[in-house]
Order: sequence, then structure tokens, then C-alpha cells
Amino acid sequence: MKSNTSDGSSVGAGFLRRRSALADSPKRRMAPSAMSYAFVGPYLLFTIAFGLGPALYALYLGFTKRDGSGFAGFANFTHVMKDFRFVPAVEHVGFFVGIWLVALIILVTFFSLLVHSIGANRVRTSLRTIYYLPGALAGASSVMLWLFLLDPTASPANFLLRAMGMDSFNQVVVPSHMPVIFAIIAFWAGAGGWIVIMYGALNNISQEIMEAARIDGAGPLQLALRIQIPMIRKWITYMVIMSLAAGVQLFVEPQFLSQATQGSIPNDYSLNQLAYQYAFKQNDFHGASAISLLLLIVALSLSAIFVARGGLFDKE
Amino acid sequence: MSTVANRTGTSLRASLTGWSVRGILGVVLLVSVLFFGVPLLWLVLATTKSGHALSVNNPFSIGTVHDFAFNWSQLFDFQDGAVGTWIKNSAIYSVGALVITLVISIPAGYALALTEFRFRRALLVVTLVVMLIPNTALVLPIFLELNVVHLIGSPLSVILPMSFYPFGVYLTYIYFSTSIPRDLLAAARMDGCSEFQVFTRVAMPLATPVIALVGFFNFVQNWNNFFLPFVMLPSSKGYPIQVGLTALLASTPSFNPSSAGAQSIQLPTLALATMVSVLPVLLVFLFSQRFLIRGMTAGGIKE
Repeated sequence: MKSNTSDGSSVGAGFLRRRSALADSPKRRMAPSAMSYAFVGPYLLFTIAFGLGPALYALYLGFTKRDGSGFAGFANFTHVMKDFRFVPAVEHVGFFVGIWLVALIILVTFFSLLVHSIGANRVRTSLRTIYYLPGALAGASSVMLWLFLLDPTASPANFLLRAMGMDSFNQVVVPSHMPVIFAIIAFWAGAGGWIVIMYGALNNISQEIMEAARIDGAGPLQLALRIQIPMIRKWITYMVIMSLAAGVQLFVEPQFLSQATQGSIPNDYSLNQLAYQYAFKQNDFHGASAISLLLLIVALSLSAIFVARGGLFDKE
Repeated sequence: MSTVANRTGTSLRASLTGWSVRGILGVVLLVSVLFFGVPLLWLVLATTKSGHALSVNNPFSIGTVHDFAFNWSQLFDFQDGAVGTWIKNSAIYSVGALVITLVISIPAGYALALTEFRFRRALLVVTLVVMLIPNTALVLPIFLELNVVHLIGSPLSVILPMSFYPFGVYLTYIYFSTSIPRDLLAAARMDGCSEFQVFTRVAMPLATPVIALVGFFNFVQNWNNFFLPFVMLPSSKGYPIQVGLTALLASTPSFNPSSAGAQSIQLPTLALATMVSVLPVLLVFLFSQRFLIRGMTAGGIKE
């Protein structure tokens, strides 16, 4: 799911900078020609095959009966929601996303401001690199690395784990610790990209405004609270929306931990894992579609709200 | 007199608080550097140690060339060279999807930005909405769809979905609609270029930066993709390295006690596997950092 950050985070810039992503001027655009269709045709084909098509097919499966005998109404949805694993999965994902978002909002803002306030150019650049590099390990590799870090027999931070009374891997990876652990992994791999983006946004605040505030007697704290944070608020909103959409999709992290703990973290821990179980262990594609649709609706609504209210970001 | 004394008093107190605030912030920065930096540093060092040294020695000591060579051979001997196959698969999937992505996205972005056709606006809106959806959201629906056409298990089942890359189209669209002077294209037409030649001879060479950017982002995302190949490729022969890591994990006694045996993997070997699995992306991150950061913060690159 974090693989999304590497490009997901970059998506916003265009929206936020341009007055509106859709408000391009029609002036002097060429008349329709065979070439336009030839250029856009393959992309249109892929959009249908791997964007709209699967969504529509999932919609079809989600609303038809499991025995293939016609329209099922919401039966598949109520069926999966009544599954004893459904509510826990929602709770797991909810706790994780909650912790992760709070950490992102507070710490990314804080560290962006802090790094931005450092005088020495070289220090600023090195700090950004150090924060940013873990992003290369998005997905499976970052979870793998954290399996080591959470194992007191190998971890370089084993003194911390022991200080918290955890002497073995099995004591660290108990189910109640999971939301925090997943949040830490996601934060470690993803926060740097956001810090870089916020840093860029801070750089774009006009020096005149900052100088005027300083002359009026504003200290660093007041500058941050009254000027810098309000001016990068749209980026923070953007980060929250993208992270929320990605976080709900949790899959790789619990999948690896479930394997590494021989199932003491269940393999239906998250909603996406539950959908996977429906499709591959129960051969219930209709149930799997129902869960996928629920997740897709969350992602789609967040994305649609963002696109539709793009104008919101224009009002500085 | 008293006011002067008072004033120096406050400024002294202010500078004292200033120093303690600085001190605290310095410590906070140090902690953050350790949090983000130590895991990677430790991972690199871990690949040079023996299993015994990893748990007994100082975590930041350097191992030996001999142990590194041992870990290397254990990794690449695993299941008769499975790791090599997985890396090759990763390369085929990532590069294959990258090429198709570029062939599809660049002309599409160009057409969206500079030409008019029916449903142009609708396609633009769909692009924007779909590109903000996490790529995991459509994996199961795509599986169900490809299952109908019996593509599951084929390399195409990962290459084709990865080649649908709306973000690349969006980046190209923004670039062509903001950074290419239309007079230049018009001049080329006056000089007798056909529409296709305008694209290949004028627009494409000017768009090299955005083509590279789309390529980078797409490659990184393809290489790190786990959920899609995990679902699409049931046979271990077809795994990319990211999915192969699960097989290595399953053969590591520390995380799976039932796996102790001839084919078992030691912790440092697993660390080496992790390192190898991210190496191409890590190199991209290290050596094109400025470029990537510019892409992340600019989006439209030039306004």
C-alpha cells in the first residue's frame, strides 16, 4: 500500500499549483483528427480494460447471487458484513490508519518546519536525504527489514524492546501491538516523501510575508503557527486524503507478519486480506467483490471529493 | 539604570531559553536521524555477518568478506537459483510495463493537451480520479476479470495492469499544456511537418524530462508492487523478487521454526535478500534524488 506514496505524493503538486487541473484553456487546440484518436486510443483501451472494466465486473459480481442465479441485491454485502471477521478487520484498519494519520500530521509538519529553519544548506539537504531514502523500501522490503528490527535477538534497538519488557519476537508482535507497529513501518517508509513535499511548500512562501511578520515581532513559533502552517494547510489536507485512501488498503504488512508469526496475527487481519481469503480460500468471488467494492468506494469518494473541490485549493 | 538591568536580565533569560530550546530541538533531530537512518545502515552491515555474529556482536560492527560471500551463495543457491529467476522476473515485469506505459502515456498526454476530440474532458476527469485511487484498490477486481479470460499466471497479468498508469498521462498532459509553446508547433506545421512529424520531431524531443520522470515513477512503482503479482502469479517460478521474499521468509527458522532443514535460510541471508530486492530502486533514489524531488514538488515541472 505504501508503494502509492512514491508517486501518490507527487500527484498533488499539479492540482495545488495550477489554478485548477481542469481549467485549461480551449484556445488554439487542434481540431479533432484521426491522429488524436490514434494517440489517445491505446490509453482509452487500457483505461477501460484495467480501470473501468474491473470496477464494473466487481459491481456485477457483487450484486449477483453466488450460485449465479441472478440479481442478489445487497445480500453479498450483508453476508460479508455479518462475517465474524469483518468488524475486527474494520477495527484493525481503523486503529492503524488513525494512529498513522495523527503521526503524519504532527510529525511531518513539525520536521518540515524544523528542517526548513536550519541555516546550513548542507545539513538541510542531508537531513532530507536521510528522511527520504527509506521510501525506496516501499512495500514488502520495508516490512521485511522491520521484522528484523522487531526481533530482540537481532535488532539494533533491542535495548529499547527489552526496556519495554519484550525479550522475544513473539512478545513484540502480539495482536494488540499491531496497529502501532504498522503505523511505525508506514511512517518510516512514507514520511520522508511528505517532509520533502512540505519543505518545498514552505520554500514557496514569499520571503516578504515572512519578513513583514518578523518586523512585527513574530518569533519562530508564531511564524510557524500564524503563517507557515496556515499556508501549507492545503498540502496537509492532501497528505491526509492520500494517506487515508492508501491506509484503508492495508495488505502487505499484516500478510508478512501473519506469516512470520505462524498465524498468531491472523491472515484475515485487514479488509483486503479478508477479501483475498474470500476469493482464494473460500472461492467466493461474489463476497470478495463486495469487500473490494466497499474499499473501492472509500478510495473513489476520497479521490472524487478531492478532484471536484480542486477549486478549494485555489483560495489561498 | 534599573530598566537597563532589567533589559539585560530578560535578554539573558531569553537567550538561555533560546539555548535550551535549541538543545531540545537538536536532540529531537538526532532521534529522527537515528529512526530514519539506522535501519538502512544496520541492514547493509547485517549482510556482512554470520548468523552468530548478528545476534552476539555489536549491531554496528562490520562483518567479514567471507561471511558476506557465504550469505551471497546461500541466497543464490536457494531452491536451485530461484532468487536469480525472481530478480529476472522483476526486471522483465518492471521494464516491460515501463516501455508499454511510455508508449501509451506520452501520446495520450500530448493528445489530451494539444488536440481536441470527443469525450476529451471526460477522459481527463477519469484520469484524475483513477490516478488518485491507490493501485491496490483494483487488484482483486482485475484478478476476477483476467480470470475470465484465462490470463492468470501469465506475465501479461502483471505487465498489462501495471502499464495502465494514469499518473503518467497526467504528468505528460500538464507538461505539454504548460511548457510547450504552441507557436513552435504551429511553425513546424507551416514548414510542412505532418501532425505526426510535429509530435515526433518537435514535441517529443522537448518532452525528454517528463518522459524520464514518468519512467522513473513507473519503474519504482512496478518494482515495489507486491499485491498485484502476489494475486496474479500462483507459481513460484513467476514470482518477482518482492513476492519471492515471502518464500525466503517461510524458509527462515527464526520466523518459521518448522522450516529448519537443508534449505533453511539464515537471518543475515534474509537481510541480504531484502537488500538485493530494493537495490535497483535504492540506486534510483540515491542518484536521481534531485530529479525525483523536483518531480514530487513540481508536478507540472514548469509553470
